Amino acid sequence: MKAFASILVVVLGAVLLHASKDFPLLGDAMSPANNHPVARHYIEETVNDTHVRNLVTAVLADYRGYDTMFETVVVFVAGIGILAVIGVPTARIRQNENLGSTRQFGVDSDLIILQTCRLIVPVLQLFALYVIAHGHHSPGGGFQGGVLFGASYILLALSGGLREALRRLSESLSFRLAAFGIVLYAGVGLLSMALGGNFLDYAVLDRLLPGDVAMARSHSMLIVEAGVGFTVTTILFVIYANLATRGNLEDGL
Amino acid sequence: MDLLEYILGKSNYWASIVLMMIGLHAMISKNNLIKKLIGMSVFQTAIILFYVSSSAKRGAKIPIIHPHGDHADKADHAAEAGHHAADAVHHAIDATAYENPLPHVLMLTAIVVGVATLGLALAMVQKVYAAYGSIEEDEVLAAIAEATANGASISMPSPSDSPAQGDVSPS
Repeated sequence: MKAFASILVVVLGAVLLHASKDFPLLGDAMSPANNHPVARHYIEETVNDTHVRNLVTAVLADYRGYDTMFETVVVFVAGIGILAVIGVPTARIRQNENLGSTRQFGVDSDLIILQTCRLIVPVLQLFALYVIAHGHHSPGGGFQGGVLFGASYILLALSGGLREALRRLSESLSFRLAAFGIVLYAGVGLLSMALGGNFLDYAVLDRLLPGDVAMARSHSMLIVEAGVGFTVTTILFVIYANLATRGNLEDGL
Repeated sequence: MDLLEYILGKSNYWASIVLMMIGLHAMISKNNLIKKLIGMSVFQTAIILFYVSSSAKRGAKIPIIHPHGDHADKADHAAEAGHHAADAVHHAIDATAYENPLPHVLMLTAIVVGVATLGLALAMVQKVYAAYGSIEEDEVLAAIAEATANGASISMPSPSDSPAQGDVSPS
């Protein structure tokens, strides 16, 4: 198997290296990918269409809204899949009973680690909210902010124990919030259908939202990004909590 | 000089191809399931680097439009008028001045979905370890062959076995 893998890799690598001589040079503004009408349209028209300066956010949440919505669904389904594969059903019943127990925050943690993480976690969560909310004008958006927010709960679990983190964001609440994020995203799409547009056609929402058509698209993108943020945050935490404890949600790592 | 330019212009493709082959080799030849997953992640990273490098334009800025000629930013704009006076005259945005946003969007979602699916894959590996006591591929295959030869169903640890305390009666 090793010999077969080496031969395959060498041959395939040689073919690909040979093919790379037909590729455009790095940084070529006239390359087919960069000079495509769609790519040019995104750069030239986005600000007129949506008033959003961060083109990545605009393309992600508006022009390619279908793609992003179902990517979010994939993240949600991955969370459900982890629960189905390694989740221990009885652990969930017991965990709900134990949640009320009074346990000191991070009794078995080192003092320095505990106090440092206590300082970092709120700042990290605030920054995550900023990244989601300011994604229209600076690097950021729902995925990035969601990952940061999820990381703050993982940090809490690492420093103060998983039980403490689960007391603040339980698994059932996580899944409810994750589903809420997708419902929020799809709800914006269905609302625009109800108002006579296409699915996720934010332009028709200008009857409900303040500002002109472009501002309506900008505001709808914020709602949609918040939905993405809910799902990514909670599913990331669920993935950590289940993998770290083999699905029984007792104190693992 | 031409040769150097050529090498620099193609180096991004060569780097992604080398990374991709490292990942592919690990996925095929490694026996350990975790190492296979590491190979898959390396492969995925190679694809991401390939896409992102294809969006680069020489001298272009990140795809966030600078607020030129915006009324709200007049004061801000005046401060750097020396640099941008020419740009402010025409409002149309020059497509070559900003990087192509489309590959960034595609890879942004791919990274997060990659994390979620990697988590699912790790969960499956944990389940395989719980069932067969090994994550080496040949040992797992041998265990499966043995179980099917004996005609017995594969003994999966039932969920109620895992908690040591035994039954829990929800009251």
